[in-house]
Amino acid sequence: MFYREAGDFKTSYADDSQTFPIKFDRYRYWVVLAFAFLVVPFIINDYWLNAVVLPFLIYSVAAIGLNILTGYCGQVSLGSGGFMAVGAYACYKFMTSFPGMDIFSVILLSGFVTAAVGILFGLPSLRIKGFYLAVATLAAQFFLVWLFNKVPWFYNYSASGQINAPERTVFGYAVTGAETQAWAVYLVALVIVVLLAVIARNLTRGSLGRKWMAIRDMDIAAEIIGVNPMTAKLSAFAISSFYVGISGAMFFVLYLGAVEVGEAFGIGKSFIILFMVIIGGLGSIFGSFAGAAFMVLMPVLLKNVMVGQLGWATDLAAHFEFVIVGGLIIVFLILEPHGLAQLWRLAKEKLRLWPFPH
Amino acid sequence: MSAGFYYGMEVFLNGLMTGVLYSLVALGFVLIFKSSGIFNYAQGVMALFAALTLVGLQDGQVPFAHLINSIFGTQVHHFGWHLPALLAILLTAGVMVILAIVVERYILRHLVNQPDIILFMATIGLAYFMEGFGDLMWGSEIKKLDVGIPQGGNLWIEESTAFLGGDDFYGFYLDSLDIVAAVFAGLLVLSLVLFSQYTKTGRALRAVADDHQAALSVGISLRFIWVVVWSIAGFIALVAGIMWGSKSGVQFSLSLIALKALPVLMLGGFTSIPGAIVGGLIIGVGEKMFEFLIGAPFLGGATENWFAYMLALVFLVFRPQGLFGDKIIERV
Repeated sequence: MFYREAGDFKTSYADDSQTFPIKFDRYRYWVVLAFAFLVVPFIINDYWLNAVVLPFLIYSVAAIGLNILTGYCGQVSLGSGGFMAVGAYACYKFMTSFPGMDIFSVILLSGFVTAAVGILFGLPSLRIKGFYLAVATLAAQFFLVWLFNKVPWFYNYSASGQINAPERTVFGYAVTGAETQAWAVYLVALVIVVLLAVIARNLTRGSLGRKWMAIRDMDIAAEIIGVNPMTAKLSAFAISSFYVGISGAMFFVLYLGAVEVGEAFGIGKSFIILFMVIIGGLGSIFGSFAGAAFMVLMPVLLKNVMVGQLGWATDLAAHFEFVIVGGLIIVFLILEPHGLAQLWRLAKEKLRLWPFPH
Repeated sequence: MSAGFYYGMEVFLNGLMTGVLYSLVALGFVLIFKSSGIFNYAQGVMALFAALTLVGLQDGQVPFAHLINSIFGTQVHHFGWHLPALLAILLTAGVMVILAIVVERYILRHLVNQPDIILFMATIGLAYFMEGFGDLMWGSEIKKLDVGIPQGGNLWIEESTAFLGGDDFYGFYLDSLDIVAAVFAGLLVLSLVLFSQYTKTGRALRAVADDHQAALSVGISLRFIWVVVWSIAGFIALVAGIMWGSKSGVQFSLSLIALKALPVLMLGGFTSIPGAIVGGLIIGVGEKMFEFLIGAPFLGGATENWFAYMLALVFLVFRPQGLFGDKIIERV
């Protein structure tokens, strides 16, 4: 009834190719944005920010990045943790070397540094395919973590081997360091996430995204119809690493504040991001958000129920969390291999016909 | 000959022994990948689970004791018996068969014809599940695994090689455990080869590895074969778990040997059993020698974590299917 294309006449090409062709979707999009920008900052507190909202926003960026590479371009990567570490350490080096730079440029620059590293580790993808490539990206993961552990220049020769985010302000409000306010951090993260998501959505709709998808579906056939596999694969690696690097930088400056590389950006991180992409849905920007929300919310929920309600020991709850996360992933893959995004698509299809059955 | 040379030789031999253990894990991967096209990430956790179960059975631990105590407020820990090692190993092998049946029944059967990446993700899910389940069942503290394998330096080798060097050379130091592991790995590979060449099930196994559809059409039950293959992978995991567990205790880090086996697979090729063995030896020797010659003196050490991957990566750029992998033929 309210969710129809009917009656919504498109009179220009721009109208015809817009992101949300259905009017209701457009309104919903603006309502969600308005809620996120105008309402949430007034009600958010430290607990919600650090337990749910900030990890969700940051992981969403990482998931979008990996989704570009794995979901759109078909190159499975298990090196996301390593690339996040590159973003975080680049961010730290920029912040300590150029104290005058504002936080947005620092994060952006870290993204570019990570993109360069991503291209470097993407080069083998021109020769190696499938699982061989997935395992090869683990080389990036282990090598980068080792590098940041062993070369003191990266952590400015600090005794603990940790990196700590110095304080930076935006319009006079501290957003990194010890004296931050929840709403300020939230808004900084939100601005970055929204911008990146809009860019990603439009990239994947455009010619670059089509090239990626052609490579994903069959790279030899794509090459024959004129897609250059080198530029397509390397651009996917570069842009994906750019996103992952930015999420790493945000993870460090906005969320953790102090990072020990093996702990924060280990192999586990790579897997969590891959889970988000798979559970959310390969090849979907919405799916990246949905997957990130799922993987962030579920452990919080489980912990609250098992430790808070049932009063179990935390180690027992941690084991149960593993069992449940693993079990849910299997169940999810069996019931809906295309992820949450597919459920969302089905719901929209149903809604278009509602209240009629056909 | 200088003492440095002999020390290098010793590092080389020890690398060879570690390599055998890597190939043992890689072998489990290859078997499953060949027969079902599944890249089984859970292989390492299977080794951990097998070792945990073995220790638990041997010591007569009550399964899920921690959970039961939490819910009912009881204080149960042990049944109070000690099983002989051999019986415990047999029982654990039985548990691994049950695990194979459960995996086939509740996971693989529902994921037939899904893309490879989905199956791979499912095994990661399985790895998480089993990691939590194993800890839940047997507790997460570090356990000592002792099934009577001799440990420590092997004196006989040390004494009989001492004459090679000068006065400051006391012979090669090799851990007896590593030697036993190498012998067992050799026996395992030999029996696998005999099994797949001379038994009916073994032939069916090879047929499935060759071509799923053709195997189905001549009346081979895929599901049965999958159970067999996962059971064999479970036995291999058990052997790997015993060897690694006796060496460094049964704990979470045991499951990380899967990550050690991955570059072995890349190097040797995902589909080749000889590849897994040769790859394991190359990686084992390579990372020890690299650490000895370049890593420790020049790069600050701990290069073992990534060297194997880098070696495999560089190698694959020149030969994308690995050493012995099937030639990749692509058609549009």
